Amino acid sequence: MIQTPESEKTMSSTTPSSLASVAQAKPERNGTNSAQGTGLETRGIHAWFGKNHVLSDINLDFTAGSVTALIGPSGCGKSTFIRTINRMHEFIPGAAMAGEVLLDGKDVYAPGVDVTKIRLQIGMVFQKPNPFPSMTIGENVLSGLKLAQLKVDNKDDLLEECLVRAGLWTEVKDRLNTHGGSLSGGQQQRLCIARALAVRPQVLLMDEPCSALDPGSTLRIEDTIRELSDTMTIVIVTHNMQQAARVSDYTAFFLSDGGPGEMIEVARTSEIFSQPKDQRTENYVTGRFG
Amino acid sequence: MSTLATPQKPWAKRPIDRARELAIVLFAGFFSFAFVAVTEMKGKLAYALIFFIAYALLSATFAFISRGAPAAKDAVVSTFVSLGAVLTVLPMLSILFTVIKNGLPGLHLGLLNHDMSMATPTDPIATGGILHAVTGTLTLVALALIMSVPIGILTALYLTEVKGKFAGPIRFLVQAMSGVPSIVAGLFILSAVLYPITKGYSALMGSLALTILMIPTIARTSEEVLLLIPNDLREAGTALGGTQWRTVAMIVLPAARSGLMTAVILGVARIAGETAPILLLTGGGDKVNPNPFNGSVGSIPYYIWKSFNAGSPEAITRAWAGLLVLMVLVFILFIAARSLSSRKISK
Repeated sequence: MIQTPESEKTMSSTTPSSLASVAQAKPERNGTNSAQGTGLETRGIHAWFGKNHVLSDINLDFTAGSVTALIGPSGCGKSTFIRTINRMHEFIPGAAMAGEVLLDGKDVYAPGVDVTKIRLQIGMVFQKPNPFPSMTIGENVLSGLKLAQLKVDNKDDLLEECLVRAGLWTEVKDRLNTHGGSLSGGQQQRLCIARALAVRPQVLLMDEPCSALDPGSTLRIEDTIRELSDTMTIVIVTHNMQQAARVSDYTAFFLSDGGPGEMIEVARTSEIFSQPKDQRTENYVTGRFG
Repeated sequence: MSTLATPQKPWAKRPIDRARELAIVLFAGFFSFAFVAVTEMKGKLAYALIFFIAYALLSATFAFISRGAPAAKDAVVSTFVSLGAVLTVLPMLSILFTVIKNGLPGLHLGLLNHDMSMATPTDPIATGGILHAVTGTLTLVALALIMSVPIGILTALYLTEVKGKFAGPIRFLVQAMSGVPSIVAGLFILSAVLYPITKGYSALMGSLALTILMIPTIARTSEEVLLLIPNDLREAGTALGGTQWRTVAMIVLPAARSGLMTAVILGVARIAGETAPILLLTGGGDKVNPNPFNGSVGSIPYYIWKSFNAGSPEAITRAWAGLLVLMVLVFILFIAARSLSSRKISK
């Protein structure tokens, strides 16, 4: 699954056949439970910033135990969409939304829902690595427990487990008490993934997690994503179609034609890159626009 | 390519450049001496003025000859910029020098462990001391800190984190408050608290007025510091399931710690030498008063004011010594807070 840097280079000339072959090179996975109605579903999601309608009628189901990539040009509402899922959207002044986000069948926007519990179940990794500067590496990983006031029996075990799962343990195990700022950009981002894992979310949202990183670090994180997807549902926004082809089981294509962003097509990643149903999807994945 | 290269700095000044600069300085110095000797001008200021003009003209002329008009303008402007820096530093150094020169004769071994209760203004300098004033000032500053730091930082948090409906008016009021003359704060406490309620001088009354003066400094500086904390960190904390309060307490405030410490230092620096409200509210006794809530209490600014008013040569020397101690005290507070805030960060 892991590409060597050389093959990365040869593939950078985007052709449909090479992306499709990358997408098909993965073992076919359906997730642990492909039946609808489990995991995470979105129903008729709209989003606004002030009067600006940015996202229109998104219906998308995420199969538990799979990776779904959201692709599309900048400004088509991909990031806004995933921020509606864990209710981070409401932090932007003037934001509004419509529709339902069902986690295990329950609407996260229902009245009386404890929003902090929702965010514990739906973790998030941001575009820019953002470890907490006042904390050590170890404290960063466990910061979610302190923030949400959770108790665990053995913090050291959890710390090691999260760092191993994020693929960072061997690099930092001797300096857990140093500050996170001393790590490289790629290591910081894996630290942020470890931090998100420590509260044991069911779903992990990743908003262009590799866009600020070099190819080596990107591959490490993609590796991490593939391993994590055995136990959780992952949604990743990416501008890198190579990345979508490499890591995701399903791909959704978003597009805005000047108006609000819409979802054009969702299908298995191998299909999106080999035989997309919509002409606009084909144009995008073959690099003819966007 | 295995030739040995020695590190060089082709852009550095050559010896001849240095020699020319030295020559300009020397000549300008000589010229200012000669000019002042020949004309009717007198005093240090005349030397400095002539030296500055001569230096600017000479360096501009040399620059013009070697590199043309733009270089000459550059030389003149550089001279003016250096003059600005010198004009800023000179008064500071002058104050420091005067205070040290006049204050040193007033220092003596018992200065910090005696008070003035058993000494009169005309007693020799070695009798009495300023224990009452130092403890009084420390009490005033400590009480003011206890009241103003929470209020100031909470105000800043309201403006940056809560962003409530009243953030605009409050920001405006805080900015306006920082211009309140200290005598107004003193009169306010005098008429609103001291006369109607406590009916007596105390350190608490003084520190209430100091708190009014300190809050805007702390609130405004803290607000600026908190605005510098990247929003990413707040989002990351919230996305990990933290409530807003826990995110602020665990992530935003620790990240802003050194800046908040600076805000507190600026607040202390604002009030440590404040005199007008102290004169109105503390009564200024000559004895150490261990009770901050009742009875008049001395403080260093009050002691300085009182000693200068007494007029005897001994009292005036005591006043200078008090000034020196006040400056050293503020300096120590400043250094201590600086090292406290930077140690945590460098670790």
